[in-house]
Amino acid sequence: MPATCTDMTTTLSDFERIKADSNYLRGTIAEGLADPVTGAISDDDNKLLKFHGSYLQDDRDLREERRRQKLEPAYAFMLRARLPSGVVTPAQWLVFDCIAREYANGTLRITTRQTFQWHGIIKRQLKPTIAAIHAALASTIAACGDVVRNVVSTANPIESAAHAEAYAWATRLSAELAPKTAAYHEIWLDGEQLVGKADRVEEREPLYGTTYLPRKFKIGLAIPPLNDIDVFAQDLGLIAIIEQDVLRGFNVAVGGGMGATHGDPTTYPRLASVIGFVTPEQLFAVAETAVSIQRDWGNRSERKHARLKYTLDHRGLDAFKTELESRLGFTLEPARAHRFEHNGDRYGWVEGHDGRWHLTLHIESGRLADVGERRWLTGLRELAQVHDGDFRMTCNQNVIVADVAAADRAHIDAIVHEHGLDGYLQQSGIRRHALACVALPTCGLAMAESERYLPGLLPKLEQLLDHHGLADAPILLRLSGCPNGCSRPYLGEIALVGRGPGRYDLRLGADFSGQRLNQIYRENVDEAAILSALDPLFAHYANERAFGEGFGDFLLRSGELATPVSRQIAVQVLA
Amino acid sequence: MNSAVMSNISASGVDAEKLAQLAQGMEGLTAAQLYWVAAWSAAQAAQAQRGSPASVVVAASAVDRLTILYGSQTGNAKRIAEQLARRSEAAGGPVRLLRADAYPQRELAQESHLLLVISTQGDGEPPDDARGLFEFIAGKRAPKLPSLRFAVLGLGDSSYPQFCVIGRQLDQRLAELGGTRFAPLGEADVEVEAVATPWAEHALEQARELLKQPGQPARVVALHAVPSRSSHSREQPFTANVLANQCIVASGSLRDVRHVELSLEGSGLRYEPGDAVGVWPCNPPVLVEQWLDALQFDGAQEVTHQGRPLPLRQWLGREREITRLHRGFIAALAAAGSHDELTQLLQPEQSARLAAILTSDQPIDLLRRYPAAWQPQALVAALRPLSPRLYSIASSPKAVGEEVHLTVAVVDYEAHGGTHWGAASSLLAATDEDGRLQIFIEPNERFRLPGDASRDIIMIGPGTGVAPFRAFVQERRESAASGRNWLFFGNRHFANDFLYQVEWQQALKDGSLHRLDLAFSRDGSRKIYVQDRLREHGAELYAWLQNGAHLYVCGDSAHMAKDVHAALIEVITTHGKQSPDDAKAWLNELLQQGRYARDVY
Repeated sequence: MPATCTDMTTTLSDFERIKADSNYLRGTIAEGLADPVTGAISDDDNKLLKFHGSYLQDDRDLREERRRQKLEPAYAFMLRARLPSGVVTPAQWLVFDCIAREYANGTLRITTRQTFQWHGIIKRQLKPTIAAIHAALASTIAACGDVVRNVVSTANPIESAAHAEAYAWATRLSAELAPKTAAYHEIWLDGEQLVGKADRVEEREPLYGTTYLPRKFKIGLAIPPLNDIDVFAQDLGLIAIIEQDVLRGFNVAVGGGMGATHGDPTTYPRLASVIGFVTPEQLFAVAETAVSIQRDWGNRSERKHARLKYTLDHRGLDAFKTELESRLGFTLEPARAHRFEHNGDRYGWVEGHDGRWHLTLHIESGRLADVGERRWLTGLRELAQVHDGDFRMTCNQNVIVADVAAADRAHIDAIVHEHGLDGYLQQSGIRRHALACVALPTCGLAMAESERYLPGLLPKLEQLLDHHGLADAPILLRLSGCPNGCSRPYLGEIALVGRGPGRYDLRLGADFSGQRLNQIYRENVDEAAILSALDPLFAHYANERAFGEGFGDFLLRSGELATPVSRQIAVQVLA
Repeated sequence: MNSAVMSNISASGVDAEKLAQLAQGMEGLTAAQLYWVAAWSAAQAAQAQRGSPASVVVAASAVDRLTILYGSQTGNAKRIAEQLARRSEAAGGPVRLLRADAYPQRELAQESHLLLVISTQGDGEPPDDARGLFEFIAGKRAPKLPSLRFAVLGLGDSSYPQFCVIGRQLDQRLAELGGTRFAPLGEADVEVEAVATPWAEHALEQARELLKQPGQPARVVALHAVPSRSSHSREQPFTANVLANQCIVASGSLRDVRHVELSLEGSGLRYEPGDAVGVWPCNPPVLVEQWLDALQFDGAQEVTHQGRPLPLRQWLGREREITRLHRGFIAALAAAGSHDELTQLLQPEQSARLAAILTSDQPIDLLRRYPAAWQPQALVAALRPLSPRLYSIASSPKAVGEEVHLTVAVVDYEAHGGTHWGAASSLLAATDEDGRLQIFIEPNERFRLPGDASRDIIMIGPGTGVAPFRAFVQERRESAASGRNWLFFGNRHFANDFLYQVEWQQALKDGSLHRLDLAFSRDGSRKIYVQDRLREHGAELYAWLQNGAHLYVCGDSAHMAKDVHAALIEVITTHGKQSPDDAKAWLNELLQQGRYARDVY
């Protein structure tokens, strides 16, 4: 039995009661699914459903209209797969594509955590959809909820030996740290009923116990020099140390996280702190122990303060490290040298060390759909029908057609071209480096548009940049409909964080490799104000940038932005 | 009489001695007779409450009085029968007026002067309140009637092929049994008064001749409290303000269904759940222009019909029925254009084809297909007068005060290369929230909540048939009725067509609705209808019925009501371990008793 939280002076949040009473995440989900009178499930069940990889949403575009029609909101479920390292076989892809068209809204959405999510699945289709995912040898368990989420790792197909090892570790961490409750099988797969066997209760969740974690827990594994996963945005970031082509171990970073609340200075984004080095043999124990400390120390009264980053700032990083080493029974070695070059993706074809080829396609906002000339969903489906390697999703919402024989490249290219997937060839620098979260109409948290705003915003920014001769400048642009940070907006060189319809905080000044947070430049402004704020900065940058200098770095060096004083960048460990 | 019932009644303030006398007096009465006594008592009570002296039925002997019976589904036959009774009474003739199911059938053999007003429903069915009487007269057990003088007035709608068939069959059967007509069969179309008024004049005159003896003036017994003391009526409708006109299906729905709220403020109109609102429509202006185009007529030209000169556009827009096809129009068109094909269509052997055309086509389709040299006067004369559309009321006055709510399916479909509209529903669709409508209340005594509020009710109302059940649930909530309420609702799609979804959810939460079973026909691979849900929950349904639940069906008569009836027979057969014939008989008994009530159209 895990130790209970020792830092509990106030009452537990209601969510804690729901978890505790849920009988290992069952609640009354099954009953709620069977209720034909509503397309929704109860609020309590919806909180539990997250642990199963789904939550209830409604089409916010229709909310007011349906209220007047005396109809309940247009409820539908978002469903997210758990795909460690974002690897998908062509056979799985075809199933996921079919699910998108048969059960969901006709689109597949690549998330910023290397996985798929589907939107618009109505209640009575949820169970068959999850069953179909299961039949494709994938799962949705713990894709959301207060648990260790889908474990991400660098989508690096070139150093395939290193990637294979990283992928193996990410897969193992993902599997071993997943909840063990049988509720998932029971509810979705007509699995064996295990309710009521009290003597087996503790066996079921040896790590999590009955109340799981205080909040979500994200683990990511980066292979330098690529930081495409934004390793410092993870609760637990692992930086692979490869010397002479051998994986020596990992630098460990703890306490990263993006979420914040507008107007609440006690909430903030934080970059993970590097606390040492572990060998591959030590990795699993370290990860599990870090999770267990957060389980015991994390704030269970106030969900806004429940992520590991707040635990660390509250208890102190040293106290955390001491506790970790004490529970492990050994001390961590000092962190080793590593260096990150950038946190974007490399588009186009690259050749792996073994002579196989890999094609990274740019998928705007990660949304695979058929819209006019851009028949991306169909294009990927046709690729999946002929491809014999695999697909890899990236944390930048893109997809890699991986492991292609040189002889097959032309055929792949033809399909890519035919379906308008070859935009990466001529896109502007900013377009290639743009991320946007889903936001409206499905996300319940969104305060402003994000994914739907990007296609309108980009041409305006491109026009400005082109005017200053910056069309090819790679600038990280990140859009978010709210301050919770799915698109990791606090690591954008330019970021818009939604405040209300058509209004955003304009944030500037992150670096190009995910190692410095940006800062607020204009608060709660509209598009015109955003463009007029950026115009002179682009001009300044165009005239005075150093060779290879990023936009964010320039803004600090030139004094356009003050050097941040608090919650500084994570220390880059240099040789 | 059941002693448990007796003791319940005695708790309500009637002393034991009086009760014993009553019980003695009622001993040996059949179920139908007991219901008649109950209805009669209710009328007494209503009159007592209104403060007028209680009226007592004068039991005039069978030979010197006129018995007027009516079978009515939508209220037309009842209205005509009441008019007949009033006129007869005013002329000093002894008369008694009874709804068909309140008539003691064994009295038929002794009846001397009988006047029957009866409508025909859908595909040739009697109205629910006259099923028993119709079966009795048509059946083997009917007595010989050598001394009976009778007259039948049939009501119907000539847009159905089985026009007035129930009236015809009764008229023929009474003659077969030995009766003598004192007036020939009358067949009234939707413009009821056009036939009924002259027919009544003739029939009553004949009746007076036969009865001769002036005798004592008898009194008409109303079987119900007259709900409305308003000066407004069908002929003098109230102009109601439209308070709300809201589409209540999702934008993805193939239908347009409106929730309409009307103000009754200042009208004096009263209604009860189960009643209907009559709306005087006017035709869609676009359709009127299409007619004028098709006929090459000038809408401004004056046309005189029955002494009224009006511009043709007004005749077509406000006075005549141009959205519903009927036999008479086909006949007129056949004659005007010498179309043999149409003449053929009216022959008996073509009745199936005619029925199909009456359902699928509107007059404009035929006008375009069969050109004819019309004269404007002849055209106006060939068209039936515009008649009001009836909508089951979807509100309880206890919940909404001086308002009345309707649920209206807007008829609007594409066929034969053009849009087809219904008259009233498209008017409603086009009416802004500050618009006005000409309305009246059409009481429906056959569709009432149980007087005993502790009775359970089962409501079957797919589509807009759910309207009266919104009223029922509101009423039962407001009056804190202790009986349980079970609703069966169906429609095409859950997401688009779940009428009043949020209200039902609320009703389930607050306990004013106890069960809700749903059938959305187009959501799954297999089409599911309310009757399937009835079978699915048959055991429980039967238990509710056994426990005295009242059963209500509202909606489409062509398919749904029949399928539901068949499913009910199946449920009773299966779960009541009865033969299908016994199940049918039991259901018919429930119909007679008013425990199974239908409001189908």
